[in-house]
Amino acid sequence: MFELLGITPQALGAQLLIGLINGSFYALLSLGLAVIFGLLNVINFTHGAQYMLGAMFTWIGLTQLGYWLDIEDGLEVGYFVMLFVAPLLVGLLSIGMEKTMLKRLYHLDHLYGLLLTFGCALVIEGMFRHWYGVLGDSYPVPELLDGGLRVSGLYLPYYRLWVLAVALLMCFLTWYVIERTKLGSLLRAGTENPKLLQSFGVNVPLIVTLTYGAGCALAAFAGVLAAPIYQVTAIMGSNLIIVVFAVVVIGGMGSIAGSIITGLGLGVIEGLTKVFYPEASSVSIFVIMVLVLLLKPAGLFGKVR
Amino acid sequence: MRKTVLATVVGASLIAMSGSTYAQSITDNEVRIGVLTDLSAIYSDIEGPGAVTAAKMAVKDFGGKVLGKKITVLSADTQSKADLSGSKARELFEKDKADMLIGNVSTASALAAMEVADQKGKITIVTGAASLPITNEKCTATNIHYVYDTYALSRGTGKAVVDTGKKDWFFVTADYAFGHTLERDTSEVVVANGGKVVGGVKHPIKTQDFSSFMAQAQASGAQVIGLANAGGDTIGSVKQAAELGIMGSKQTVVPLLMFISDVQALGLKQTSGMSFTVGWYWDYNEANRKFAKRFMKEFKGKAPTSVQAGVYSATMQYLKAIEATKTDDAAAVMKHLRSVEIDDGLFKGKIRADGKFEHDMYLLQVKSPKESKNKNDVAKVVKVIAAKDATLPISESKCKLVQK
Repeated sequence: MFELLGITPQALGAQLLIGLINGSFYALLSLGLAVIFGLLNVINFTHGAQYMLGAMFTWIGLTQLGYWLDIEDGLEVGYFVMLFVAPLLVGLLSIGMEKTMLKRLYHLDHLYGLLLTFGCALVIEGMFRHWYGVLGDSYPVPELLDGGLRVSGLYLPYYRLWVLAVALLMCFLTWYVIERTKLGSLLRAGTENPKLLQSFGVNVPLIVTLTYGAGCALAAFAGVLAAPIYQVTAIMGSNLIIVVFAVVVIGGMGSIAGSIITGLGLGVIEGLTKVFYPEASSVSIFVIMVLVLLLKPAGLFGKVR
Repeated sequence: MRKTVLATVVGASLIAMSGSTYAQSITDNEVRIGVLTDLSAIYSDIEGPGAVTAAKMAVKDFGGKVLGKKITVLSADTQSKADLSGSKARELFEKDKADMLIGNVSTASALAAMEVADQKGKITIVTGAASLPITNEKCTATNIHYVYDTYALSRGTGKAVVDTGKKDWFFVTADYAFGHTLERDTSEVVVANGGKVVGGVKHPIKTQDFSSFMAQAQASGAQVIGLANAGGDTIGSVKQAAELGIMGSKQTVVPLLMFISDVQALGLKQTSGMSFTVGWYWDYNEANRKFAKRFMKEFKGKAPTSVQAGVYSATMQYLKAIEATKTDDAAAVMKHLRSVEIDDGLFKGKIRADGKFEHDMYLLQVKSPKESKNKNDVAKVVKVIAAKDATLPISESKCKLVQK
């Protein structure tokens, strides 16, 4: 059978694994979007830019800090430190944006939030494009994770396996916090009926702000993971954000588990398309989105609002 | 009768006068150069804002005026999209009254702009785009292809690699006109020199993740993985080839089109030893270095790519042609440009009837990190490919302008 398909079982396995890893990126990013939309009703178009900021800060930490602070021997902030620092920085920056700008639009239609976040994304990307150009820079794979597994003629880089593991872990943690802890239940209550929750003495605006920060931090976290694999460029976010939105739409806006499963599934489908009909690989996800919207407009796992 | 004679004489002299003023005229009393390029997307570091800087430098060096009329440099962003290029070309010609378009990186964008210009009888100078059809099947009477093309790349890089004994090729191709042409031209060279094309895969332009395609290339076991793509796509391919352990294995990755901007983005560690072909290199001779130093002052300390140097040179030649023919009429300027020997210190050669600027090409090799003295010092010239070897012989051309 495999001869008919024109590909060996090992090669197919490798492609599926690559698809799964890309899927885990989609899952991580769509998770942040789903959290923000599901709990805040904000369509966060800045997500791609925040992903890019995570990668950029990681690169800057390694290569530019010594130069900026004028330190003789240079100052290198490593990858593993940036895994925590970059999301924190981006989270704080996005909280700043939320407090000054986004907050004022909650009572209005979704579209205003979309326009504002889209505008912010353009500004952030424009700034970085001006400073660093479009081709960007290379970020090396951290030494600890370098190398790979050679399995019957195939090469599985350790770093990609690490990304898969960490992304799945993060997705699981996020889902667990939201669906199974007290904090998560407060968040979910806050979405359904903020006034009632506030009358119980819960500081709802604070929760909303922190949730937004956390969602953006997730995007930055994905950015740190992406830095050694993809070139760190100013436009890396805009390349990815459209696909991620398609993933969220297919999974159903607001469903946490849905976006994780859909992200992984679509990554695999895209991976298979790259093998059997590569020319269509950038289109495959959108074709599925169109089909899903026609058949089940709320998305595969979504709830009709 | 007398009135008729008077009318005829007056009419004839008016016609005579208008004839001579037309021959001395600059349309709208201003020469407007439209830099139509990718200012923000995948190919913007190859041409982009640097090309606008280069054109402005040329205008300044020329004196800012030609035949007593002001010269203006306009620019528009195509984002390397053909539909956007066509509409921006139209806008530049109709709304902004541009006299010529220069730049046009990305073959699909170039062809779109050339078609608009051909309809309007205006000049296009293609510096950034690569495909042979620009002066071959799709040639136009008002087009010049200045810096390089896929034929030159295949005869440069392609031949150099095959000559080292690496004969089995797998192509990773950008799925549009440029990628297809580059793959086709290089395959010709491979097969003509006793090699074999064992397979290939086509990917959409602006792909983010090449791991799947490079894994397929790896699985094929071919000695050479030829990258028939450019800019951000080439960088992604090389990066993910490195990640999959292809670099330093028995397989060699050969980017068939690369610029110093790509090498700088990837870093010397990942690219050292790679060969690539260009139409001009900044560190080749004293004249090039002098120009590069001036460019670096205007453009963030970055050395000009071959394409950006081409924009400078072509803009100068265009202005000189207007001065010589005393008009900015497209046909007259084209006729002049095709007749002169160009030798401005940067480029030396002649523009043919099909619009192709025939000049030497240079085979570069990326330096190792130890050899490189600064961030612009990325390569050395290892071979000069003579103009006639790097250009499709005019007897084989499919251009309708030179068909017998």
